[in-house]
Amino acid sequence: MNEYITLSLILFTIGAVGVLVRRNAIIVFMCIELMLNATNLAFVSFSRQHGNLDGQVAAFFVMVVAAAEVVVGLSIIVSIYRARRTTSVDDASLLKS
Amino acid sequence: MFDLMWLLIAIPLASGALLLIWGKESDRFGHLIGTAASAASFVLGVVLFVRLMGEDAGHRSQAVSLFTWIDTGTFHVEMSFVLDQLSGLFVLLITGVGTLIHVYSIGYMGHDERRRRFFAYLNIFVAAMLTLVLAGDYLVLFLGWEGVGLASYLLIGFWQHKPSAAAAAKKAFVVNRVGDIGMALAIMLMFAQFGTSAIAAVDAAAPGAGDSVTTALGLLLLLGACGKSAQVPLQSWLLDAMEGPTPVSALIHAATMVTAGVYLVVRSNAIFDASEVARTAVIVVGLVTLLAGAWIGCAKDDIKKALAGSTMSQIGYMMLAAGLGPAGYAFAVFHLITHGFFKANMFLGAGSVMHGMDDDVEMRHYGGLRTMMPITFATFGLGYLAIIGVPPFAGFWSKDKIIEAAFGENLWVGLGALLGAGVTAFYMTRLMILTFLSQKRWRDDVHPHESPRVMTWPLIGLAALSAVGGILLLGDWITEWLEPVVGHAEHHELAVPAIVLTIIITAVVLLGVVAAVVFYRREPIAAETPADSSVSIFARAGRHELYGNEVNETLVVRPTRHLTRFLVWLDGMGIDGFVTGLADRLGDTSQLLRKPQTGYVRSYALTMFGGVAVVVLCLLAVTLA
Repeated sequence: MNEYITLSLILFTIGAVGVLVRRNAIIVFMCIELMLNATNLAFVSFSRQHGNLDGQVAAFFVMVVAAAEVVVGLSIIVSIYRARRTTSVDDASLLKS
Repeated sequence: MFDLMWLLIAIPLASGALLLIWGKESDRFGHLIGTAASAASFVLGVVLFVRLMGEDAGHRSQAVSLFTWIDTGTFHVEMSFVLDQLSGLFVLLITGVGTLIHVYSIGYMGHDERRRRFFAYLNIFVAAMLTLVLAGDYLVLFLGWEGVGLASYLLIGFWQHKPSAAAAAKKAFVVNRVGDIGMALAIMLMFAQFGTSAIAAVDAAAPGAGDSVTTALGLLLLLGACGKSAQVPLQSWLLDAMEGPTPVSALIHAATMVTAGVYLVVRSNAIFDASEVARTAVIVVGLVTLLAGAWIGCAKDDIKKALAGSTMSQIGYMMLAAGLGPAGYAFAVFHLITHGFFKANMFLGAGSVMHGMDDDVEMRHYGGLRTMMPITFATFGLGYLAIIGVPPFAGFWSKDKIIEAAFGENLWVGLGALLGAGVTAFYMTRLMILTFLSQKRWRDDVHPHESPRVMTWPLIGLAALSAVGGILLLGDWITEWLEPVVGHAEHHELAVPAIVLTIIITAVVLLGVVAAVVFYRREPIAAETPADSSVSIFARAGRHELYGNEVNETLVVRPTRHLTRFLVWLDGMGIDGFVTGLADRLGDTSQLLRKPQTGYVRSYALTMFGGVAVVVLCLLAVTLA
C-alpha cells in the first residue's frame, strides 16, 4: 500500500517542482496534469485501502475536470503562441506593466 | 384706509422686482416705472398722513398685522406695521425726497447703460427703508434694516468695474455687520427678557425691567445705530461709500438710511429713558462724532467726502439730541428731516457740479462756477445757508433747538455742540468758496455747463424745502405732534434766556464763516492739494479721516489676520496633517504590497504552494495536538 502512496508523492513533487521551475507553458501544463494524476493515484489507493468507492468517484471527477481544464488551458496557450510567438510563461507578464 | 399701508412698501418692492426680472426690453422705460412707483408711494403716504392728522390725538397710532411671520413654541412674531406720528413723518421724508432723487437720477444716470438696474435698486431701497420705519416688531425692523444694508451695498458698488467702488461696498457691508451684531443681540435679549420683540410690548415692559437689562439693551441698540449711522467708532465706511453714484449718496448716505440709527434710538425711547448709562453713551457718541465729522469735513478736498464728513457731523447732532431724552427726541427728528432736505439738496448739487465738470470731484479743480451753473449755485447756496444755521432757513431752527437742549443737559455738551456749529460754518463756507466763488481753476478742456432740467427741478424743490423746512416748528407743532410717541419733555430753564443763546449761536456761526473767508480769500488757492508735509497737523489728521482706518487696521484687521493665519496653520498641521498622514501611511503600505506582484505566473504559483504548505502544517499541528 505504502508504495502507491510513495509513488503518488514522488509524482506530485515532480509536477510541483516542474510548475515552479520550467518556463515553457506546455511543460508547465504537463506538470499540472502530472500533479492531478498523482492525486488520482492517491485517491484510488486510499479508496482501495478503506474498501469503499468514494475515492474512485472523486478520481472520476478529477479526470472530468482535468479534461475540461486541458481544453481551456491548451487553447489559451495556443492563442498566446499565435499572438506572441512564444510559449514562455515569463514573457506573459503584461499585467505587471 | 390705514389697512393699505402695506402698499407703501409693496409698490416700490414690486416695481424693483419687475425691473430686475423684465430684463433688457424695459431699458427704455424702466426708469419711468421706478420713478412712478416711488411717486405712487409718496402720494399714498401723503393721503395716509393727512388721514392721520384728521384722527384724534389718541388714535394716531394705527397698527396693521398682515400675517403671522414666525410662530414656534413661545416665540411669536407678527408681520406688523405701525403708522404713527413718528413713522408718518419718516414715510413722507423717504418717499418725498426719494421721489425727487428718482427724478434727478433720470438725468444723472442718463448715459449709464445699466440705468434700469439702478432704478430697481433704488426702489428696493425705498421699500426696505419703509419697512424699517413702519415696522411694528423689532424683527420686522431688522428685516428692513438688513434690506437697506443690502441696497446700500449694491448701490455703493454700482460701478463695480472700479475696484475702489467694489472695495468700498464691501467695507460698508462688513462694518455694518459689526453694528448688526448689536441689533441681533438686542432682539435676542428682548426675547429672553420680555418674551416678545413687538415694539409696543417692549416699550411697555422696559420701564419695569431691571437697570442692567435696559442698559444692555440700550448699548446694544446703540451699537447697531452706530454701524448704520456711521457714528464713531463705526464711522469709517461712510467716506468710502461716496464711491457710489451721487444720487445714492444723497438718498442713502445723507437723507435717509444713515439716519436709521437716530430713528432706532427715538423709536426705542422707552429703553433709553429707563437707562441713564445708555443715554449718556448716546450723548458721548453723538458729541464725538459731531466734532470728528466736522474736523474731517474741514480737511477734505473731495467735494463728496467733505459733504460726507458733514453728514457724519450732522447725524452726530441728531444722536446727541436723541441722547438727551424726551427733551431732545423731537428735535432729533426735526433736525433729521431738515437735514434730509438740505443735505440731499447739496449732494444733488454736488452731483450737478460733477456732471458739468466731467465727473471730477476735486474741489481744487473747481472755482468760479457760480456764473456757469446759476441754478445749481442758487440751490446749493440755500442748502448752505440752511446747514450752517442762518435764520430763517431750516437748519437754523433745528440746530438752535438741539444746542439749546444740550445746554439744558450739561454745560460741556452744550459747548461742544456750539463749537460744532462754528466748525460747520467754517467747512461749508470753505466748500462754497472753493467750488462756486474764487477764481476759475479748471483745465481748458473742461466745459462746465448747467445740468438739464430733469436734474435742476429736484434741486429747486429741495432748495425750497431747505428754505422753509423750519415751518415744522411753527407753534411747536413738531414737539406736540411727536409727544404721544416720545413722551412729554420737562422744560428746562436755562441760565440765560433762549434768545441770548440764539444770538450767541448765530455769532459763532458768523465767526466760522468769517474765519473761512479770511483763510481762503487771503491768497490764490492752489489747483492741486498741498502735500501732507506742508499743512498743519490738524489738516493732516483730517485728511486721513482722523486715522480711523489705521486704528481699525491695527486694532481689528491685523489681529484678525494673525488669528486667521494661526488657525490656517493649525488646520494644516493638526487636522490636515492627521488625515493626509493616514493616507500617506496607507500609500506606503501599498507600495510594500506592490513588490510581490511581479507578473510572473511561477512566483504566484510558488506563493500558492507556500500557502498550501502552511495550511497543511497547521492542520497537522491541530490534528496531532
